[in-house]
Amino acid sequence: MRTFLSRYLFSTDHKTIGIQYFVLSVLAGFVGLALSVVMRIHLSYPEAKIRLFEILWPNGAPGGVMTPELYLALLTMHGTIMAFFLLTTVPLGGFGNYFLPIQIGAHDMALPRLNMLSFWTTFLSFLVLLAAFFVEGGAPLSGWTAYPPLSAAGPIAGPGQGTGQTLWIVSIAIFCLASLFGSINFITTTLEMRVKGMSLFRMPLTVWAWFITALISLFAFAVLMAAGILLLLDREAGTSFFLPTGLLINDRALPNQGGTPLLWQHLFWFFGHPEVYIAVLPGMGIVSTILANFARKPVFGYKPMVWAMLAIAGLGFIVWGHHMFISGMNPYSSLAFSVLTLTIGVPSAIKTFNWLGTLWGGRIQLTTAMLFSLGFVSVFVTGGLTGIILGQPSLDIYFHDTYFVVGHFHMIMGVASVFAMFAATFYWFPRMFGRMLNEKLGRVHFYITFLGVYGIFIPMHFAGLAGNPRRYADFTQFEFLQDLTILHKFSSHCAFTTAAVQLLFLANLIYSYRRGPLAKDNPWNATTLEWLNKTPDAVHCGAYEYSVPGDTKDFRMQHEEAR
Amino acid sequence: MLLALFIGIVTLVTTAGVVTRRFWLPAGINQHAAAFDSWLGIVIAILGIAFLGAQIALAWVIWRHRDRGQRAVYWDGSPKFEVFSIAIVTVLFLGASVGGARLWTGVHMSDQPAALRIEVLAKQFAWNFRYAGPDGRFGRTKLDLRNDATGNPFGIDDTDPVAADDVSNAALRVPAGQLIELRLNAQDVIHSFFVRELRLKQDAVPGMEIPLRFIAAKPGTYEIACAELCGLGHHQMRSVLIVLPPAEFTAWLAQSKNP
Amino acid sequence: MTPTPHVHPPSPPGQHRRASFTALYAGMASIIMLFGAFTSAMVVRRGASKDWRGTPAPQLLWVNTAVLAASSVVAERARRHLRNNDRVHFNYWWSGATLLGAGFIAAQGLLWRRLVDAGVYLNSNPGSAFFYIGTVAHALHLFGVWLWMFYLWTKAVRLQLGPSRRTGVDVCTVFWHFLGVLWLYLMFLFIYWGNR
Ligand code: HEM
Ligand SMILES: [Cu+2]
Ligand SMILES: [Cu+2]
Repeated sequence: MRTFLSRYLFSTDHKTIGIQYFVLSVLAGFVGLALSVVMRIHLSYPEAKIRLFEILWPNGAPGGVMTPELYLALLTMHGTIMAFFLLTTVPLGGFGNYFLPIQIGAHDMALPRLNMLSFWTTFLSFLVLLAAFFVEGGAPLSGWTAYPPLSAAGPIAGPGQGTGQTLWIVSIAIFCLASLFGSINFITTTLEMRVKGMSLFRMPLTVWAWFITALISLFAFAVLMAAGILLLLDREAGTSFFLPTGLLINDRALPNQGGTPLLWQHLFWFFGHPEVYIAVLPGMGIVSTILANFARKPVFGYKPMVWAMLAIAGLGFIVWGHHMFISGMNPYSSLAFSVLTLTIGVPSAIKTFNWLGTLWGGRIQLTTAMLFSLGFVSVFVTGGLTGIILGQPSLDIYFHDTYFVVGHFHMIMGVASVFAMFAATFYWFPRMFGRMLNEKLGRVHFYITFLGVYGIFIPMHFAGLAGNPRRYADFTQFEFLQDLTILHKFSSHCAFTTAAVQLLFLANLIYSYRRGPLAKDNPWNATTLEWLNKTPDAVHCGAYEYSVPGDTKDFRMQHEEAR
Repeated sequence: MLLALFIGIVTLVTTAGVVTRRFWLPAGINQHAAAFDSWLGIVIAILGIAFLGAQIALAWVIWRHRDRGQRAVYWDGSPKFEVFSIAIVTVLFLGASVGGARLWTGVHMSDQPAALRIEVLAKQFAWNFRYAGPDGRFGRTKLDLRNDATGNPFGIDDTDPVAADDVSNAALRVPAGQLIELRLNAQDVIHSFFVRELRLKQDAVPGMEIPLRFIAAKPGTYEIACAELCGLGHHQMRSVLIVLPPAEFTAWLAQSKNP
Repeated sequence: MTPTPHVHPPSPPGQHRRASFTALYAGMASIIMLFGAFTSAMVVRRGASKDWRGTPAPQLLWVNTAVLAASSVVAERARRHLRNNDRVHFNYWWSGATLLGAGFIAAQGLLWRRLVDAGVYLNSNPGSAFFYIGTVAHALHLFGVWLWMFYLWTKAVRLQLGPSRRTGVDVCTVFWHFLGVLWLYLMFLFIYWGNR
């Protein structure tokens, strides 16, 4: 019993913790996905009576017809689960924990006990979040951005704004703590635990990405923590940070005086914009590695890739205002934020060019991992370009808070990161579980998913062009939205298909874990250290020495000496 | 190879959607909207080229360099290429930022005197508009007088003589061709005033009074939507902008004076 | 189904010590961000309305500051004794630092009590709100480090520390100094800037 606990539950081994993170977040991801399917059903068939809804939410869907408050509660939970418990945890907590130490030749993370603590803190945070579904009034309505006064005024602002919203804030605060512990660990491990010869510029780009992501989290989550504490006090202790004078909500006057709702937005987005890079940077590292491996070529522009990530991390902290162009903030600062925002597009574009350069002249092997990585590049381009529209206040004045934004951020932060996770899963599964995932299932899964996500999110862009506001519980109340029904129906049906295909992935995981063909030691003929089964004494070359002229093999592992 | 094909398909379908404009912005009703549309057209054209270029390049590389047993070339970068691409992208992106700035300053930084000021009060889940009447001055309001049931959503204080000619209404009527200044306010949570045909959107924030100026040139009725999540009725927080010929507007205002 | 086990060479000497310090600095960076966020929120909030009141500075505040400063000095001396393998003096001084630390935390409790008695509540005005938030957040951090200090003390009295086993003491002391400086910053913010 004791050994079971210490080996599988309260293990301090980075590999176990990595898998714990992975399992937790995959579960969370499926919950989030299910919620989005339920939302899409409602949006396309607002009047349908669905027995299952009534069983799941007797108060939220009386007679099987979803109430707007239930829709918004699902929206909040979907966004929060996806942004925090999938995008922030799988790439860093999951794969980062498992592979960062091995890739730099360390025996474990620098602070194993802290590592265990951050996983269990994350777990606790997830439980607290889910608890919001089961309290009076249900989960909060205020979206994953939780703007006050809606989020600060308590239950009079709407169902879910009572205990549900409190739990949401507490969950996020706990999550911040977990992320801070995690980042301290990643930073320390990268800086101090590298094996001899593993200079910074020999590190795989995955390690760079995790390291930079950890730096971003270290600064960003501390600020979210502060914001969360202030919001909680406004709700529970009668302070007025975000609540202004003269509020009259639901015919009740509030006693608060002098606060300013925009303060929350500044604090939240100071965290929130870096958060999207926390979500996508590890994916960039993973994709760079996989593209190089299956093109059998060195990464094109390794150093520019590193500098681009550092630039993104740095600039990411001074562009938050692009979420607030329409908020009532000083219009001059909008212009400054616009320039900075489009500047951050430059390193992102450079990375795209370098990925194409990596493929150029390669010998491209279309494994499932490679397919998802190529898919990543495609959706990253699609999502990135619309950012150039949203980064201009003059155009954002129309597109802000429309479905155009929903399409944009799903492409670049949602789908891109998720593709990278799939790629990483297919690539590293053999190292993690000793067996190969099924490539055939993988391919079917990829191709349907690839068409599916375009089918889901491209129509959303067009709905946004037609001016369709987001976070609407249904589209029946406006004349101009009637015309867009077909777009939403199409999008929803693509979503149902895509969601169903994800079960194939789940099945693949479970089946291959037990029955998959046994993996060879280095099944992808890769160069990095995770494919050795012992930690080398030293490394002798960079991370991407593929097809080196004169070598007999087409890859040179980092610990191998040049001949 | 299927992937190259699929990338091609989604790229072309998306492009077709943009070109055919089946789902697009509604026709604008003023000069700002026209300027907006032409700038958006330019930006979309440039981004469209970039989109096509990048996706097709990706598809092509996948096809061109597929595994046929060849050995990959050992090519790990090119500083010249990096500098060149950084230069191009920087010019393009910063150009975008500067090029669009005019539109923005036109909306938020003009100092022409407005012909008509209208107070906007947003709340869960309705819009209210108040006109000052012939005296051009808004009367005093009190929070505890606010009451929808008595038809006084602004809480206009009848004891103030200035308030006597104030008019409040649930639809926004404006005279065509005149510079209007809205003063946006919200009494409970954040809302957002959005009229597609004006190409304008502005949050209404409790505790702030935010100006928004526009000229509506073309008479007609247009929907006002709330664009900031404000609670369970967000999706039904609708009103209309009714643009009237100036004479009709004056007549309407005169006739709707407080009894 | 478990993956092939990994074989590791032993870690190089000094790695643990360096890693401990790096982790400390990373932790400090995030604490700086946390208090930086509180500070900027405070500046914005003070500018947003005219309801700011400075927090009064009771005598006790200066006493507490002196106690905290003393604890830092004493901990520093202890640390030097340990480095010079003078375990007896280390134990004296470290016990002193631990006591002073406990004293500061207890006295902070007294300070909040005094303020509450004087009618300064968390929700009185933004000045008092930020005062409580800042000092409580500081005290929580300090209490965490103090627990560690106490744990080291239990090791010290069992003579389990020495010049080659002093990383914990060093890191703990530096962390303690850092929180002392943070305290001075908070004093500057609330007492000087807040009452200006
Ligand atoms: C099949 C896949 C998905 C579908 C169909 C889907 C659908 C939706 C829908 C309908 C909304 C609400 C839009 C609105 O009413 O404004 C939404 C919001 C959101 N989604 Fe997804 N989504 C999917 C996957 C993801 C993924 C993978 C992520 C992130 C990893 C994600 C993150 C978010 C976030 C952050 C929001 C914003 C929530 C808010 O407004 O507070 N989604 N999604
Ligand atoms: Cu952003
Ligand atoms: Cu609304």
